[in-house]
Amino acid sequence: MSAEQKKPGLSSGTALLSVNDLKVHFPQKQGLVEAVLHPEKRRYLKAVDGVTFKLQAGETLGVAGESGCGKTTLAKTLVRLYRPTEGEILFLGERIAHLKGKELTRFRKKAQMVFQDPYESLNPRFTVRAILEEPLVIHGFGNARERQERIVSTLGMAGLLPPEAFLPRYPHEMSGGQRQRVAIARVLVLEPSFLVADEPVSMLDVSIRAGVLNLLGTLIQRLGLAGIYISHDLSLIRYMCDRTAVMYLGRIVEMGSTEGVIRHPLHPYTQALVAAVPVPEIGRPSRVNLEDEPPNPLDIPRGCRFHPRCPRAKGICQEVPPPSVVVDADRQVECHLYS
Amino acid sequence: MLARLQELWTIFRRDRLGVVGLLIFTLFLLVALFAPYLAPYDPMESLYRPDGSFARQDPPSWRHPFGTTRMGRDVLSQVIIGSRVALLVGLTSAFITTFIGTNIGLIAGYYGGWIDDLLMRLTDIVYGIPFLPFAIILVAILGPGLTNTIIAIVLISWRTTARVIRSQVLTLKQRTFIEAARLTGASNLRIIYRHLVPNVLPLSLVYTALNLGWAIMTEASISFLGYGDPRLVSWGSILFSAYVAQAVYDAWWWVGPPGLAITLLVMSGFFISRAVEEIANPRLRER
Repeated sequence: MSAEQKKPGLSSGTALLSVNDLKVHFPQKQGLVEAVLHPEKRRYLKAVDGVTFKLQAGETLGVAGESGCGKTTLAKTLVRLYRPTEGEILFLGERIAHLKGKELTRFRKKAQMVFQDPYESLNPRFTVRAILEEPLVIHGFGNARERQERIVSTLGMAGLLPPEAFLPRYPHEMSGGQRQRVAIARVLVLEPSFLVADEPVSMLDVSIRAGVLNLLGTLIQRLGLAGIYISHDLSLIRYMCDRTAVMYLGRIVEMGSTEGVIRHPLHPYTQALVAAVPVPEIGRPSRVNLEDEPPNPLDIPRGCRFHPRCPRAKGICQEVPPPSVVVDADRQVECHLYS
Repeated sequence: MLARLQELWTIFRRDRLGVVGLLIFTLFLLVALFAPYLAPYDPMESLYRPDGSFARQDPPSWRHPFGTTRMGRDVLSQVIIGSRVALLVGLTSAFITTFIGTNIGLIAGYYGGWIDDLLMRLTDIVYGIPFLPFAIILVAILGPGLTNTIIAIVLISWRTTARVIRSQVLTLKQRTFIEAARLTGASNLRIIYRHLVPNVLPLSLVYTALNLGWAIMTEASISFLGYGDPRLVSWGSILFSAYVAQAVYDAWWWVGPPGLAITLLVMSGFFISRAVEEIANPRLRER
């Protein structure tokens, strides 16, 4: 699937999205006296702490990791809901970190996001028509009739049939699956080229997840979108994505083709994640279990940030942060075991 | 839209006191609108009894259902005409107050930072000003008149609305749909006025109804203390003239009707606000 999707013209370096040593730190509240006396002691929550990757047009990247590892912050930074603290995001060769005004609006038209909770992401006082019409109005799309046609066709694409019946509805008059489809339609109505989906089905009933996932998958393929799919669930990522990145405490610890990463996980953390996916299989090797919760991102361990929980930690892991090792053509891992 | 109004009415109707409040309010509104046709006499005219003698502080009778004043004026006509001042001041200041308070709350809550600090410290200062003395002094300085009364009321009473709306905005702006709106490229103004306003409007209306009550009460107090427009008949000024004539203990018909009218109208505002609150806050509906 990935081979035919990568557009040959773009593979020669100009990625759609190129993220370079991205950091997003949130300053923590500090008392007034503290702030005056010890401004240097101010603590930062390092939600994203040095992430580097490239995304080609039409490619889908899965980002996996525990809750609190910075997945959502990464997602929101990529669509510029948050400002990066450091590092660069290049979108079609353009730096987006400091875009403002009209340029930011132009970027917004191309880079969109589907949020996790469809019960929260739609304005309760807006009808479906208003929800879908607003982005078109903001970006100056056509006249009222053209907008209406676009809205109806997009609703149809999102599987809300018949579209006309949904136009006057309010969010509270729809099911979770329908709401998420409206949220997807709101994104598609702008015809973006880049889409971030942040756990788009985790708030939905298990029975309707497949429908929404299939919709996202087909749309991404049909429209040639580049997508980042964020989830803690590796089986969903396997179903959706060409490549997979595993995040731990704000860094990508392993990245490679989805099949490769899931079949032959290299990083001990990835191995634990893969082992945690329930598979109905008898005689499977014993699971790798992780003790404890992940450390507090306010207080990141020295050396390798995974070492306190790592079953294979060595002496060096406590002292030196592991470099990024390119294992083969399509796999890199941040672990001392491979350097 | 019509369906939504119908739905709101269904919720409103469930609160019986709210319906009573709305009925009382509508009644007063109709009286005020048609006051010149309803009032049997000119409220300022000194009247005479059929035998030609001066109708001085007459108790209620068929000719004068609410009796007459020391100057022989018909109390019923005065109360009817006085409803115009009460409603005019009440409605105007309630709407201006809501407008100012809601906007200040929206801007402070949405932008946060120093804008929030500035506006909220201003609100704190206004909270420190005693309402009635301030209104009286302002009217005394600017001169009596409805406009000045309204200005005095508005200058103080926006504070509550501003604070309440700000706190509502603080919770609303954390919700994902605001983030989603920003993501579609909506400007700050669009987010405030298209996304936030419809969500805070029910709460604003609760405070409009409350402010209506407060404004009517304040206007009556100002007039009762003698700082009202002497050319206008208002409920407060009726009470003022009764007080000045030292008739409060003798002529119950002179003080009772305007006092009752103030109470009823203020109460109707509070009742209506209670019912609107159930629309604004769905959690209250389960009671």
